[in-house]
Amino acid sequence: MPASTLPTPAATGGWSRWANAHRKWLFAAPAMVFVAVLIVFPVAWTVYLSMTDAEGSVRADFQFIGFANYVQVLTDTTRFWPAVGRTAAFTGVVLLVEVLLGMAVALLLWRPFRGEKWVRVAILMPLVATPVAVGMMWRLIFDPNIGLANTVLGWVGIGPQPWLAGERTALPTTMLIDVWQWTPMVVLILLAGLTSLSDEPNEAALIDGASAWQRFRFVTLPLLMPTVVVAILLRGIDALKTFDILYATKGKGGGSFNEVETLNVYAYGLSFDYNQYGVSSTVLMLFFLIIIGSMWALTSRRKEIG
Amino acid sequence: MRARTPFRTFRVVALVVVVLALLAPLVWMVAASLKTNVDIYDPTKALVFAPTFENYAKVLQQANYVQFILNSLWVAFASTGLSLVLGVPAAYSMSRFAMRRSALVVLMARVIPAVSLLVPWYYVFSNLRLVGGFGVLVLSHMFVALPLIVYIMMGYFDGLPQELEEAALVDGLTPIGAFRRITLPLSLPGVATAGILSFIFSWNNFMFALVLSSAGTKTLPVAIFDFVGYASIDWGGLMAASTVVTLPIMAIALFAQKYVVSGLTAGATKG
Repeated sequence: MPASTLPTPAATGGWSRWANAHRKWLFAAPAMVFVAVLIVFPVAWTVYLSMTDAEGSVRADFQFIGFANYVQVLTDTTRFWPAVGRTAAFTGVVLLVEVLLGMAVALLLWRPFRGEKWVRVAILMPLVATPVAVGMMWRLIFDPNIGLANTVLGWVGIGPQPWLAGERTALPTTMLIDVWQWTPMVVLILLAGLTSLSDEPNEAALIDGASAWQRFRFVTLPLLMPTVVVAILLRGIDALKTFDILYATKGKGGGSFNEVETLNVYAYGLSFDYNQYGVSSTVLMLFFLIIIGSMWALTSRRKEIG
Repeated sequence: MRARTPFRTFRVVALVVVVLALLAPLVWMVAASLKTNVDIYDPTKALVFAPTFENYAKVLQQANYVQFILNSLWVAFASTGLSLVLGVPAAYSMSRFAMRRSALVVLMARVIPAVSLLVPWYYVFSNLRLVGGFGVLVLSHMFVALPLIVYIMMGYFDGLPQELEEAALVDGLTPIGAFRRITLPLSLPGVATAGILSFIFSWNNFMFALVLSSAGTKTLPVAIFDFVGYASIDWGGLMAASTVVTLPIMAIALFAQKYVVSGLTAGATKG
């Protein structure tokens, strides 16, 4: 860039001087106002709505009723607590499977090999695929009559399963779909972590005669632990909030028997199928507390691990 | 480190299994989209069948998908563009002036369940009679895009050496001039990463459009449900529709692999 095109400070006007002096807030303020208006305000509004009897039309009047909704929701053992249970089961199982499987695949991919680029592309595909389309795709594969899944089971001599159509099998089947779509996320994160590790500790252990398992267990895993926690945190938040594949595979209310109704699906249904805005906000507040609580539990452990 | 032979064999087999498990369902979806509904029900025609494009003709012509594709594109481009305009300078400030608390507020958006924003938005926007318009949809998608962009760009700006800007200041540029002429051009790969990722997230987003769109502003993920009836499912049409939604995103991921991966894993290794 020729020096002559650069404006000298003397040539700049008063506004420019003001802008430069206040650039910190000038740059940050628009985004922060946006966040305040579209996020902070709605969250505050949800807190308020959770203590009202708002329902029906959004133009209808509603009244402040204190903690009545909370009492109602927390004593509801037909929809709320089962939804809590499903959310916990779904999140716990998919997290465990995705982290173990993700770790295994990341270790497979760790050292360079021929065709590496194509394997990585394959890993990226489920991750970027539209979740609703993924749900529909698995709906066909898991169809009890015409699905590929039962055909494959037939090859190995296992009888047909109801998959998504079964009252008991629906939730585990949605877990399978989640594992298929999101294990790649864990793989990518762990792979980024593995690649950033230095080779020296591993080489030293090798010279000391450590076996492959010992090197993983006592060298690689402890060094990788912070990245594992990040992966659990990121996947955990999203797994708690899973909605698209549940809605795509089982529809409103998590199916006719609410088989896959997690907290997010329940709150959505309360709001937009039943227009129970007050109760729905209460469920959301409790859901939010659960998310924050689990994150807090994890991050405090993270400090312990180092 | 040279791996021993049994391990290498195991590794090749394991990798083939992983790749098959990841890709087979997608291949199955595309295959079904090229079958007639009669062939989809016929297990003997699982992989050998006479391909037909009638499902795609149905999706693109009868089901008005061209309109939905345009809707999705428009919402994704608008929300990504606006979020970049707001998010990149904000991320710069938050990185340079270490505004960690402000950054935390923006990042909270990642934690909050989207439904808890939808209820108040729905209240306000339906009373303003804005539900169903593009404006509200774009705004809602920005709620996802903006935190993502701020997060990715903060990491990127943190990694750029400050000395370059200081040199520019010595050469007579104003601080904003140094940002515009030095830092911003240098951070274009980061902007590309953030933009591509935010485009993908908007394109894939389902819940916001489910609540806030109307028949005319519907995006693709919502339009897919047109093929799911109460009594029966048009599998061929449904798979063609799913392929139409998914294929463009997979193409982006294929050609911009580096950016997509670096965006998805941004900040993961900082600990």
